[in-house]
Amino acid sequence: MADQDLTQELCERVRVAAKSGTPLCIRGGGTKDFYGRQCAATDVLDVGSHRGILSYEPTELVLTARCGTPLREVRAALAEKGQQLPFEPPAFGDEATLGGVVAAGLAGPRRAFAGGVRDSLLGVRLLNGRGEALQFGGQVMKNVAGYDLSRLSAGAMGTLGVLLELSVKVLPKPAFERTVVFALDEEAALERMKALARSPLVITATAHDGESLYVRACGGERALEAAEQALGGDPLPESETFWQSVREQTHGFFAGELPLWRLSVPPATPALHLGPSFIEWSGAQRWVFSDAPAETIHTAASAHGGHATLFRGHDGAVEVFQPLPEKLMQIHRNVKQAIDPVGSFNPGRMYSEF
Amino acid sequence: MTADALRPANLEEPRQLGEAEKRDLVAALRAILPGDALLIDDEALRPYECDGLAAYRRKPLLVALPETVEQVQEILRTCAARDVPVVARGAGTGLSGGAFPLSNGVLLVMARFNKILEIDADNRVAQVQPGVRNLAITEAAVPLGLYYAPDPSSQIACSIGGNVAENAGGVHCLKYGLTVHNIQQVKMVTMDGELVTIGAQSLDAPGFDLLALVTGSEGMLGVIVEVTVKLLPKPERAQALLAAFSTVEQAGDAVAAIIASGVIPAGLEMMDNPAIRAAEDFVKAGYPVEAEAILLCEIDGTDAEVSEDIMRVRELLLAQGATEVRTAKDEAERLRFWAGRKAAFPAVGRISPDYYCMDGTIPRKNLGAVLRHINELSDEFGLKVANVFHAGDGNLHPLILYDSATPGELDKAEDLGGRILELCVEYGGTVTGEHGVGIEKLNQMCSQFDAAELTQFHAVKAAFDPAGLLNPGKAVPTLHRCAEFGAMHVHHGQLPHPELPRF
Repeated sequence: MADQDLTQELCERVRVAAKSGTPLCIRGGGTKDFYGRQCAATDVLDVGSHRGILSYEPTELVLTARCGTPLREVRAALAEKGQQLPFEPPAFGDEATLGGVVAAGLAGPRRAFAGGVRDSLLGVRLLNGRGEALQFGGQVMKNVAGYDLSRLSAGAMGTLGVLLELSVKVLPKPAFERTVVFALDEEAALERMKALARSPLVITATAHDGESLYVRACGGERALEAAEQALGGDPLPESETFWQSVREQTHGFFAGELPLWRLSVPPATPALHLGPSFIEWSGAQRWVFSDAPAETIHTAASAHGGHATLFRGHDGAVEVFQPLPEKLMQIHRNVKQAIDPVGSFNPGRMYSEF
Repeated sequence: MTADALRPANLEEPRQLGEAEKRDLVAALRAILPGDALLIDDEALRPYECDGLAAYRRKPLLVALPETVEQVQEILRTCAARDVPVVARGAGTGLSGGAFPLSNGVLLVMARFNKILEIDADNRVAQVQPGVRNLAITEAAVPLGLYYAPDPSSQIACSIGGNVAENAGGVHCLKYGLTVHNIQQVKMVTMDGELVTIGAQSLDAPGFDLLALVTGSEGMLGVIVEVTVKLLPKPERAQALLAAFSTVEQAGDAVAAIIASGVIPAGLEMMDNPAIRAAEDFVKAGYPVEAEAILLCEIDGTDAEVSEDIMRVRELLLAQGATEVRTAKDEAERLRFWAGRKAAFPAVGRISPDYYCMDGTIPRKNLGAVLRHINELSDEFGLKVANVFHAGDGNLHPLILYDSATPGELDKAEDLGGRILELCVEYGGTVTGEHGVGIEKLNQMCSQFDAAELTQFHAVKAAFDPAGLLNPGKAVPTLHRCAEFGAMHVHHGQLPHPELPRF
């Protein structure tokens, strides 16, 4: 598919929809349809054809692309210059787009060490509910002019508008990566992750699959040799394949049948014993298969200062994100109203309230 | 700065309170605060006339110094009920007038919120009150092998609440990010007196990323009463290089070459010849004073990592035409390299009666062109400019030298500063990289944003503070102001979106 600029058409579609009060369901590659709640709109705003890398200069560490640009294209362009998206986003399918990656706000194994999606976002061109294409943030590393409506849009599930163009900070891909494995149970693995997170070693991912702890280190040759010596453990030959299977959830653990929950908790949170679990991000992300009532899972997460999301295995009609306190929900409604006054975008996709 | 240079300037004066209204407000606040926490006498108010942008001064109506969250909530409720505006303020080190007081408003000074509540080493976070100084967090965390990365130059004095309000930066931003990347949660009181928790103790929180929205919002959306900051393991080793160049363009190209090589330095700073000479005269750091530009590059990480990268960068700098490259042989020399950079502002203060520090960011590739343009503008205005900047992230700090005792020079310096910021926008950058808009860059916001974007900002502000009582008049210009500034063309008085209220 050829690169094309559909800004005018998309603005016009949104203006017409707002006027007639017809809500829209924004859709790119559709690889994350399973995530979040079902969009209550029946009219689809296809943004997958609004695509193309607009600028990329490796020495600037910034790539700007239209929302429908396939993630694989972005990855390929970066890899050619020895760079990568620092947050290692999951694609969950070949059709994943950069806009979808940012709107979903999901990050991969590197998140605890390199920041999340919003941390790499420098600017967006946002199509608001009035059909206006607005620029927030930009292509520079430091920019504090005006409210940060670009990072606000990361993870907003398209409820605040269409992310027409995105500028992301990219980073050099480390020269080498190695993974070592330790046979440890959950409690011992959590203890080890805690200690490693306080060390200055060049660790870029940790994971525990119920039986083993996997630790990835990245960097120059000498730095890696030093890290391997300090870490110990058994080398894992297929390092890249393993972390890709974690990122894309093709790892055997994710083949379970029950609803899959994602718990985001302070990393030192002890083992939660809610069901079979897979731990990432130094302990800060826990994947759990459980058919326990949502309230049980939410309570367990919030008791430790975190929250839980029903990630997979639901019908899209239930609340999947942890409920917000009333005042915070009121602020959410107000912010939504400020950017999308008639509620054109993705109604119900995040919370049933808006 | 001489007193006659000070002026409340062309800033809009808010509605003045009548005597009876003021008496009623004071009585209501006295019921909330102990005697020493409410300042109303002329003399007591004088120290609060300005923040770090000292050219602008205005006495607040009164100053409140709460020490509990409940007091903050009650003060805001009291002010909201009486339609009295509130400006929150930390240490007052901000450089853009973000905490500039209102003559009809309450200045809410958060200095008594000065406790580190908890350092949780296992979770690598610290919960702190907003009045805690930036450097104090690192000082408390270092014994645990941890530190707080954002390090604005004012870190010895600036408070973390102000850092969050301004999304403050510093030397380490390229590798470690701004404040927004290094905090996890804030507790904030909204103008209606409600306490809300934004963000979480975990790496992310459900809902919109309001933490990003609140960070850098310049006190316009709420009053921060607690911050949870991220702490990082202290790197095993830091090593610095100093490279001299005979043109600033070569130095700029060297910055690009380092980044292209895959090394992300912890700090990458550039100084031009006037700044090098001023710094050398002041601190005797041993800088090469004949150089047109020097680059200071610091690499941190594990011992092995640093050894590997330092060698690579050294070779690159030489290949890029550096006339001299020095590697700090020990910690004392590393600190000496930095001493000149850190003292650059006061050093420039010694060679000129006054200087005006600007703060714009540009894409790095335009460094040479922008510096050339700044030189041309400097000639046009007849004012010298010394350049010190965060080369790694394109954040410029041109220092405009002037003498406030010479009539008209401050105006000229401000005009030149404005032109430099507009230049940054023309080259694809922004009017503020780390100091904030405050009252200083309101006009230049009209260059960076169009009417629809500014209108969107006002709508977001109203989502938190519909009556517009929190820090009014800062950060986002009114469309009326932009029209007057000339950046927006208003035909027959018709503004875009006439249905929207104008703030």
